[in-house]
Amino acid sequence: MKKVRLLKGMIAASALMVVTQMAQAADTIKVGVLHSLSGTMAISETTLKDTVLMMIDEQNKKGGVLGKKLEAVVVDPASNWPLFAEKTRELIQKKKVDVIFGCWTSVSRKSVLPVLEELNGLLFYPVQYEGEESSKNVFYTGAAPNTQAIPAVDYLMNEIGVKRWVLAGTDYVYPRTTNKILEAYLKAKGVKSKDIMINYTPFGHSDWQGIVSDVKKFGSKGKKTAVVSTINGDANVPFYKELGNQGVSAEDIPVVAFSVGEEELSGIDTKPLVGHLAAWNYFQSVEDEANDKFIASWKKFIKDKKRVTNDPMEATYIGFNMWVKAVEKAGSTKSDAVQDAIVGVSVPNLSGGLSTMMSNHHITKPVLIGEIQKDGQFEIVWQTPDTVVGDAWSDYLPGSKDLIADWRAPLSCGNYNVKTAKCSGQNF
Amino acid sequence: MYNIISNIKKNSAMLIFISLLMLMFRSPVINAGTIANDVFEASLQSLNVKSLSKKREAIKKFSALDDDRVLPVLTALSTASLYYKKSDKTIVYAQKKDDLYDIVNVVSGESYGQVAKRTIKKIRINNRIRRVLRAAIAGLSLGSKDADVRVSALNEIIKEIDDDSYALLLSRQKVETDSAALDLIKTGLSIYALDNGEKTERLTAIKYMADSLNPEVRKKLALLLVKENNTYLEEDAAIRAAAKKAIKNIENNVELFGLVETTFFGLSLGSVLVLSAIGLAITFGVMGVINMAHGELMMIGAYTTYVVQMLMPNHIDMSLFVAVPAAFVVAGLFGIAIERGVIRFLYGRPLETLLATFGISLILQQLVRSVFSPLNRSVETPSWMSGSLEINSVLSLTYNRLYIIVFALIVFAVLLMILKRTSLGLQVRAVSQNRPMAKAMGIRTEWVDSLTFGLGSGIAGVAGVALSQLTNVGPNLGQTYIIDSFMVVVFGGVGNLWGTLVAGLSLGVANKILEPWSGAVLAKILVLVFIILFIQKKPRGLFPQKGRSAEN
Repeated sequence: MKKVRLLKGMIAASALMVVTQMAQAADTIKVGVLHSLSGTMAISETTLKDTVLMMIDEQNKKGGVLGKKLEAVVVDPASNWPLFAEKTRELIQKKKVDVIFGCWTSVSRKSVLPVLEELNGLLFYPVQYEGEESSKNVFYTGAAPNTQAIPAVDYLMNEIGVKRWVLAGTDYVYPRTTNKILEAYLKAKGVKSKDIMINYTPFGHSDWQGIVSDVKKFGSKGKKTAVVSTINGDANVPFYKELGNQGVSAEDIPVVAFSVGEEELSGIDTKPLVGHLAAWNYFQSVEDEANDKFIASWKKFIKDKKRVTNDPMEATYIGFNMWVKAVEKAGSTKSDAVQDAIVGVSVPNLSGGLSTMMSNHHITKPVLIGEIQKDGQFEIVWQTPDTVVGDAWSDYLPGSKDLIADWRAPLSCGNYNVKTAKCSGQNF
Repeated sequence: MYNIISNIKKNSAMLIFISLLMLMFRSPVINAGTIANDVFEASLQSLNVKSLSKKREAIKKFSALDDDRVLPVLTALSTASLYYKKSDKTIVYAQKKDDLYDIVNVVSGESYGQVAKRTIKKIRINNRIRRVLRAAIAGLSLGSKDADVRVSALNEIIKEIDDDSYALLLSRQKVETDSAALDLIKTGLSIYALDNGEKTERLTAIKYMADSLNPEVRKKLALLLVKENNTYLEEDAAIRAAAKKAIKNIENNVELFGLVETTFFGLSLGSVLVLSAIGLAITFGVMGVINMAHGELMMIGAYTTYVVQMLMPNHIDMSLFVAVPAAFVVAGLFGIAIERGVIRFLYGRPLETLLATFGISLILQQLVRSVFSPLNRSVETPSWMSGSLEINSVLSLTYNRLYIIVFALIVFAVLLMILKRTSLGLQVRAVSQNRPMAKAMGIRTEWVDSLTFGLGSGIAGVAGVALSQLTNVGPNLGQTYIIDSFMVVVFGGVGNLWGTLVAGLSLGVANKILEPWSGAVLAKILVLVFIILFIQKKPRGLFPQKGRSAEN
């Protein structure tokens, strides 16, 4: 009996699939999802794939866009950077998608860029990154250094009174660039180089005893010390464990992290971490109606009450809504039309305000600082009074302080040099 | 909305005022240890003000109350288990049970039963408040019977010494018996003398401080030498000179202990290397099988720990004792299955073995991804493994590392015993030295091969249990350690357990000595370069195997 029912169900399901496929084939807008579903980055990126699928699902329930249903095209670039470029080409040329949501690491974005520019595609990139880039075809809905790192340092400096700085990071492009910017910023604020300690460790570093002990020594010199951590992914767990074991508490030497969010904390025993900080543009604990709704629908969509939400998910949410709004404004899904229409588009973010797409393809966001709690959530202790405009080119690096990005008509340039009044043409 | 907020603010300000008044007129009739409920409640409510700076003040006032209920409240506040009911703002202790919270009235101790999360709200604190709390709790626990509690309380107190805490320290000095606590009291008194005393008092204080390793002392002394606008903040040159000398003395001591610390770090890294390589030393060293899935067998051991902890959530402290044999058996069985299923067809074909086992490693990774999810699993650390053994304020050895060093040595000793003293060990050695001859003597070589491989894999599983305490338990756990393991085995000399031990420990120490000087990334590279050069000179490693079997 059971088997028969199962069989019936299967037939019904396959019939349904055929029908929906036919319906889709008729007239849909295709949305590419380019997130790794296997390999090292699968941990983080799978969540974003699900977020996009949820957004598409909800949009379709509202009737789609321009009267057409949205259809997700999911590919798996498998944490393999060159494969990102190939998959992008496949999405745009073969699958004819109108827009792509995807990428996590900077290196994957850099690998996708030439393809996007060649084929004039659209990419919404939802993760905090090191800046120093503005492409006509990419919309950066995550944080640039000035919408995450700099306000966090300001908070430590002004509210906590930190005088000595440890900049610890994983050895790759995002921490290196961010730390370069932070170092320049700190020096501009009058911090001497002997009060700055910079440390890089390999990916997945697990033996932190020496480094934590150094930090402890560095912090015992009489001035308030803080660690600014751009340590990525897995390596954070043993790092925080070692901090706990060596008795470095958040009251003595706070650690402010830029890559540790709710999702990362869900795999850690958070007791020794209580009080350490993270800077993001969104926390799950934000008290806002839109956020409550988002969390509820996420838990329902993913069918797991324990799943958490995080900042890149919010960035995906904002990016998706901006795209929908821009398409409706332009009345078309054509790349150029959307690019023109999207600048200036405002959508509600999940922390009770509005985020606007600026002409440099970055968005405005509030910056929040949260303290880690026992339950793996963040208690918001500080936030910027207004939203901050994401800056493509840092004002604190000698090579980029004269550059601006403006993709509106007269200028249409991602790296316009205000001193020489020239656009170098290379957008990345 | 605004009105409500301002009302609350006004109310809380009123409450503080009332509690202050009450404090002033505290009637002497009430017994020490308890005060009237309404007074207590009023100042308790003041802890729930919105402004964080007012909250700090309120905590200071609250901790000055002479009541037994103060300490539990402060402790609950600092551990984030103090809540208030949204309905009437009553302050309660809340304990999470499943999805609900058990709440208990703070003032009366009356239980309200279980409520949903939505009906209560946590009283917010941040880092600065946590610091105030720590100091307040410290002041209250100075009278504790437990010497360790007193020491940690004193550690807090000497961070900020004012007239009150000075008086407190003076009174404690007379009754304190614990030597560590007494030391801290003296340190605190000398810090106070340095800040507030006459010149001679200050100089004796500095002299006392010169032998102290307490970080607070170093901070204080360093402050004496701070220059602002080209003039010293400390005017007295004699004191500056004394401070300079004292700092130098302290720094020498610190450096000495730093050396001990580095060696310890090196040994602990080394012991992890030994643990992960020792199983390989058997499969690769004794059997000659290049097993690329060795790391994944460690991963299986780590996941076994996770499963064991899931099965006994209330006995985390004991879980590792169960996990070690469990991981040995599970990883060992996987090992035997791999040997029977794949490797035995490939003996004498190293390249094929390498590829086949690499494939197995990918299969095993995907297996845990499918079974446990690609996310890392959180393995809890038993309480006896967290924290550190404080030898003095600059040298503390973390317990988890300490236990792992001991554990590595035990595993090594047991393995050595098995190989040298048991009949299985005898057969293993016989087969590895001369297979046809062993076969001729009636040893079932195939059977020995399986068991040997199982033993090596089981040891890898045991290493995984140790690693679960140090690093992430995730599908990629094995990959991180496989290269290091091979490095250690090759460096130590293939087929020699002692070589593995010496190689692992010396590579660990070398890595840690290089690390502060060159950075973690470069240190690893330097060690690798060194090994490449070393292997060029001595291709058979530190302890080459002797005898005829080694020649072919």
